[in-house]
Amino acid sequence: MNSELQCWTRLQMAEKVAQAIPDGSVVNLGIGLPTQVASQIGSQREIILHSENGMLGMGPPAAEGEEDFDLVNAGKQAVTLKPGGCFFHHADSFAMMRGGHIDICVLGAYQVSLGGDLANWQTETAGTIPAVGGAMDLAIGARKIFVMMAHQDKTGRSKLVRSCSYPLTAQACVDRIYTDLAVLDVTPEGLRVLERVDGLSHADLQFLSAVPLLAN
Amino acid sequence: MINKLVTNARAGVEGVEDGATVMVSGFGGAGMPAELIEALIKQGAGDLTIVSNNAGNGETGLAALLAAGRVRKIICSFPRQADSHHFDALYRSGKIELELVPQGNLAERIRAAGAGIGAFYTPTGFGTLLAEGKETREINGRGHVLEFPIHADFALIKAERGDRWGNLNYRKTARNFGPIMAMAASTTLASVYEVVELGSLDPECIVTPGIFVQHLVLLGCRDEKAEHTSVP
Repeated sequence: MNSELQCWTRLQMAEKVAQAIPDGSVVNLGIGLPTQVASQIGSQREIILHSENGMLGMGPPAAEGEEDFDLVNAGKQAVTLKPGGCFFHHADSFAMMRGGHIDICVLGAYQVSLGGDLANWQTETAGTIPAVGGAMDLAIGARKIFVMMAHQDKTGRSKLVRSCSYPLTAQACVDRIYTDLAVLDVTPEGLRVLERVDGLSHADLQFLSAVPLLAN
Repeated sequence: MINKLVTNARAGVEGVEDGATVMVSGFGGAGMPAELIEALIKQGAGDLTIVSNNAGNGETGLAALLAAGRVRKIICSFPRQADSHHFDALYRSGKIELELVPQGNLAERIRAAGAGIGAFYTPTGFGTLLAEGKETREINGRGHVLEFPIHADFALIKAERGDRWGNLNYRKTARNFGPIMAMAASTTLASVYEVVELGSLDPECIVTPGIFVQHLVLLGCRDEKAEHTSVP
């Protein structure tokens, strides 16, 4: 394998996701890595961001000194509202998510399985205080689920797995995966590689993945 | 004459009894009725079941109620946060029961209670730990989980503006759980920053009709500090 290999940065991953979102889409960006996608959507493009706490048309983070803590995103950070944006209560907000009204949702993940199962809310069952938030609702409800995650975890294990060892968020819900090494589609035949980082062969990528990968 | 305005927050929470189920609006600090919770702490009711999205942030509001040892059980979707130390300590020492609910199920179960729904099936949570032991059913080829409504004796919600009939509107994303919790509780106490003459709220823009509100309390100026929360 090429030792000069440059993994995609988080920003490059975010840029790829942003490019894949069609104009006019209604999009929900999960907490963490997916939040960075917003900054990669050009200002001339019209994409409507949904925030689970009750907002459509979410704008960029509030400028320092201009924060209004009645206007926050899902991560409880002060944000802004774009012209045309609106507020609604939680049942309406989750009806948008659960009722199939959100075009694309981008989520972080601990593991994704060959069949598109998603594990992204808890890494172990004992010892930690569980918290789930809206992850399960987004996973079952959005029309398309994109996942952004490192290809391997911190100990070098593949986050693409045959079957998730961490607690599931939802079964067979993931459509596309953006890692720091590749872009993959979840298909009925298996995981298909759409794009690889420069200098990484399909065989190299396969070596770093715990599941069989289909070449594009 | 109908007048739902009570003199102060303390009078508004008079009816909360030991063992009651109390809904508390808010998403983190946004929409958290800190003054009403403060009044509930002074009122003294204990052994409470709290229904709220989070399990308290920092030292005020819900966190203070937890710290005062008044809560037996909490039903919420996202208890663990950087500043949820009061909940964390109670949970780790086994002093509080947690029912963890996916956020959309929490919202829909609250709404269902307000709408008189007996139960509903949803795909959320199917095949996960949070659906263990629950009744499931395949509908249109997809696994669904049976979920039951959450009723409450009391709801403490934070609105922006109201009138003496209890009609309310809200401010920005502070709306969050307010409108549905108002529907789901036998008694709803709403705090507002302004009470206006009957008829001066635009009928097209009343978010919570007064039928869902029993008591209204007017707060003094906005306590900016209490509304701030740190990162999740």
